[in-house]
Amino acid sequence: MAERVIGKIHRVNGPVVEAFGITDAIMLELVQVGEARLIGELIKLEGARAIIQVYEDTTGLKPGENIYGSGMPLSVELGPGLIGTIYDGIQRPLELIRNATGPFIKRGETIKALDRKKKWHFVPAVSVEGVVAGGKSTGKRNKKDAGIEVTGGMVIGTVQETSHVLHKILIPPLMHGRLKKLAGEGDYTVEDEIGIVETEEGEKSIYLKHEWPIRVARPVRQRLPLNIPLITGQRVIDTFFPVAKGGTVAIPGGFGTGKTMTQHAIAKWCDADIITYIGCGERGNEMTDVLTEFPKLVDPRTGLSLMERTVLIANTSNMPVSAREASIYTGVTLAEYYRDQGLHVAVMADSTSRWAEALRELSGRMEEMPAEEGFPAYLPTRIAEFYERGGYMETLFGETGSVSIIGAVSPPGGDFSEPVTQHTKRFVRCFWALDRQLANSRHYPAISWLDSYSEYLDDVTPWWDEHVSERWQEYRGEIMELLQREVRLQQVVKLVGPDALPDSQRFIIEVCTMVKNAFLQQNAFDEVDRYSTVEKQMKMLEIIVTYWRKGSAAIKRGMTLIDLKKMKVLQDIMKMKFSVSNEDAAALDKLLARLERSFAQLESIYA
Amino acid sequence: MRENIPDIEKKLLSGREYIGVEKIDGALVFIKNTHPIGYRELVEIVDPDGKARLGMVLDTSRDVVVVQVFEGASGLNLPGTSARFRGEPLMLGVTEKMLGRMFNGLGQPIDGGPPPVSDTEEDVNGRPINPTAREYPRDFIQTGISAIDGMNTLIRGQKLPIFSGNGLPHNELAAQIARQAKILGGETNFAVVFVAMGVKHDVARYFIKSFEDSGVIDKVALFLSLADDPSIERIITPRTALTLAEHLAFDKDMHVLVIMTDMSNYCESLREISTIRGEIPSRKGYPGYLYSDLAEIYERSGMIKGKKGSITQLPILTMPNDDISHPIPDLTGYITEGQIVFEREMFNRNIYPPIAGLPSLSRLMKDGIGKGMTREDHPHLASQLFAAYSYVKDVRNLASVIGEEELTPLDHQYLEFGEAFERKFVSQRIDEERTITETLDLGWKVLKKLPAEELHRITEEELDKYYYSGDSL
Ligand SMILES: Nc1ncnc2c1ncn2[C@@H]1O[C@H](COP(=O)(O)OP(=O)(O)OP(=O)(O)O)[C@@H](O)[C@H]1O
Ligand SMILES: [Mg+2]
Repeated sequence: MAERVIGKIHRVNGPVVEAFGITDAIMLELVQVGEARLIGELIKLEGARAIIQVYEDTTGLKPGENIYGSGMPLSVELGPGLIGTIYDGIQRPLELIRNATGPFIKRGETIKALDRKKKWHFVPAVSVEGVVAGGKSTGKRNKKDAGIEVTGGMVIGTVQETSHVLHKILIPPLMHGRLKKLAGEGDYTVEDEIGIVETEEGEKSIYLKHEWPIRVARPVRQRLPLNIPLITGQRVIDTFFPVAKGGTVAIPGGFGTGKTMTQHAIAKWCDADIITYIGCGERGNEMTDVLTEFPKLVDPRTGLSLMERTVLIANTSNMPVSAREASIYTGVTLAEYYRDQGLHVAVMADSTSRWAEALRELSGRMEEMPAEEGFPAYLPTRIAEFYERGGYMETLFGETGSVSIIGAVSPPGGDFSEPVTQHTKRFVRCFWALDRQLANSRHYPAISWLDSYSEYLDDVTPWWDEHVSERWQEYRGEIMELLQREVRLQQVVKLVGPDALPDSQRFIIEVCTMVKNAFLQQNAFDEVDRYSTVEKQMKMLEIIVTYWRKGSAAIKRGMTLIDLKKMKVLQDIMKMKFSVSNEDAAALDKLLARLERSFAQLESIYA
Repeated sequence: MRENIPDIEKKLLSGREYIGVEKIDGALVFIKNTHPIGYRELVEIVDPDGKARLGMVLDTSRDVVVVQVFEGASGLNLPGTSARFRGEPLMLGVTEKMLGRMFNGLGQPIDGGPPPVSDTEEDVNGRPINPTAREYPRDFIQTGISAIDGMNTLIRGQKLPIFSGNGLPHNELAAQIARQAKILGGETNFAVVFVAMGVKHDVARYFIKSFEDSGVIDKVALFLSLADDPSIERIITPRTALTLAEHLAFDKDMHVLVIMTDMSNYCESLREISTIRGEIPSRKGYPGYLYSDLAEIYERSGMIKGKKGSITQLPILTMPNDDISHPIPDLTGYITEGQIVFEREMFNRNIYPPIAGLPSLSRLMKDGIGKGMTREDHPHLASQLFAAYSYVKDVRNLASVIGEEELTPLDHQYLEFGEAFERKFVSQRIDEERTITETLDLGWKVLKKLPAEELHRITEEELDKYYYSGDSL
């Protein structure tokens, strides 16, 4: 970084530094603070004074020390080599930092995000004259000068980043001009020039990487409607509270109710192309868990290691609080970058409450006027801006890609009326409310079927009709209704005991018990149960609906609940989630047939 | 040896003494017109009698420096107080020889012995462990306590707090764990770091006696900042203690168990400072950074790749009014890897340890139990016991409304199961040590109170092996 002193330290208060003698600083400029050269960002500018939030521990920083400007905003590096890497909140590669400085993080590290030495095999998709074989149609050839016209977001070539990810090399979003030179197929580092674009401001070099400021959403051509579900393999989600690709979800829940487990499960088994997992102010061991487990797990769709589609951002609870604030923007910017390559990205942010608290702490130290519970008045705006970066988009290059955002919320005391949960609810369209009671009774995932909702339901129903079964919506609705009725029946039972109910109503409770045990509960640690294909989900649903329909009809005809419960097949239905693997979903057809035979037998006895 | 210029400058400046302070508020001292002072720098505040107290810089600027005095500000006056800035953060000299010794919250010996000759000096604030350097904890610790080993397994390197209430036997349980904890077939290079914050002398004495009785006192380092010590000292006490724990675990290959009691007192001291500084409080007057501050403490546990040792934390906190949603237990639960929750109602029914069945949880249990670690039936057995016990709670509620007579025969069986679970499985003597096999076998015996059709979480083979064979209660 050039030696451009923009001012000096006036005051140090935790991660907030006040500066004086500011000359030519730029708002949101990336700066280095003090002789320890701690990384910071200039977040307020007022005459000759400025406020800087520092992304590292400020111990030892003194008034009077210099502040150095970089002339650019806090940005991330985008290019091949992101996948499989774990970064801190401002995109420093934690693995390399450990190699350099040992198990404890030191300050003032300046290791670059992308490996400078590694060579990537670049295959051009265009040439200066136009399209090369196999490439997508591109800009028009300009007759007068050599070089096709290129615009931001255009794909000029590819690099096989992992066996899972074909990384497209893009013209940086805001660039426009004529491609004067493009390297041929070959091996290049991220710093080797691979092309030159002549722009109005002169010639610009193109590399395998480019930079983008984390607080600015990357541009797209337009937003598209959401109608394809993000299949997570989690039955309660896919079947009852589905999220669309490009959708936004909040998972609120008190401690230990299963936010992290749910996000891990989705990160593992959902059908996105890329996962960006942001550990924001949470436990170190949880990141270690991902780092040790993901490489060993195999993506059922591709047969490849799950780590080959995952980028991790870890700013754990004991790491500096301002970098926690930045981490979710870092994560979502990486996600947008892969979206711009026409991919579907799912972002897990665990936990957005820690990010909001970081905002609160910084705001408090800047002595801003607090709004609710000490949070700054701009909290809702910030939450909205974050979730707005999700969506199903047409990229600048005319392809489609999506960013789905799944944010955990950790309400104090598990009370959903607090500001972060409430404001988040305004800006997401899907809400998976985790229930303390369910979690305590080890009903996992503890997603409440009463308090949760998904506004994507109608949007994704056509997809289920087309790809799975036209009965999906009907079955789903029927079970949902039973679950609602059961609540009222349970209230009666609590007052007068189950004997007071007629068999027809007790049967509803029976069926709901089956729904909960055999369908809604899903053990993330069980080899078979940890994810279910949509086919398996649909067949399981059908079995339960059949039991309900045939059973209630039989009771109407006078059969007793006791006789009904004697059917041996019920035991197997209760265990079908464990006993029938995804590959063997046909076994569920047999189970359904057995159920129907059992009913036929029973009825023949009664007849 | 030639010193470089900054070192000489540091020496000169740290010798400079500022006489008279601007303002004293609670344990905070405000000093003006100083040379540039570093954030979190160590300060010696010299009282009018010439005695030095240690403090730390909380806020520094060209105008004024705010110092938090660990030994409290009582007896200080504005003109008679002076300050020396040491130019570095609070460091603790650490060595294995600190085991068997007793220190105050700043790490100064209070057992009458000389200060131990240290191997190296470390910043008490510690540094975050790089997540890539962590080793995921998986080694089962047998505590000999069924409710823990069977249902809420403790893992080496875990941070597992006890959420207790006033008058409940958390000290007894913590001492019992410290006495009995062992790794199956494992080595014994262990140490205990005991941290007392704002507790009474007799609590400290209880632990000391327990360590003496079991003959491990030479393996214990005590850091005591008791109820009659300045409350502000508690803020530094766990940090000092954990600095030693890190040295023992990661430089000396020891398995360190850190017992910290009472975290509620720690949080109160933090609130005190925050209030004096006029910070905007979040819930119940606690500062908004309570979460991050507690995380700085709790995250100093775990294992590190390539190192043999570990730090297991057993923080104890009393829930104000037994309220688990109070910010202290709440934020702790958000950071730690589970919690052991005490239930007053069980205590009143004479059940020791009064570990609540449902809200207690060990998050690291999943990777430390089962085949090759405890026993292959452990995961399903625990899950089934949880499920059944949770139903017991519903049945009890129902019984209290409609009367026990009105319950179905099956529900009666559940009541019996619940009773057996609490009285035979959870309940044990304070000196009773059960092996994991004994614990699991006991679990099956209790489960036999229920018919096989109810056991959805158990496989057929497990039923054959453990349910149909084997004795009943
Ligand atoms: N689907 C699941 N299958 C099995 N166990 C689960 C599941 N979901 C949650 N659990 C259990 O619940 C525990 C807590 O879950 P998790 O760590 O996800 O909680 P959390 O909501 O993220 O809590 P915190 O806010 O404290 O981080 C897990 O350690 C695990 O034992
Ligand atoms: Mg979590």
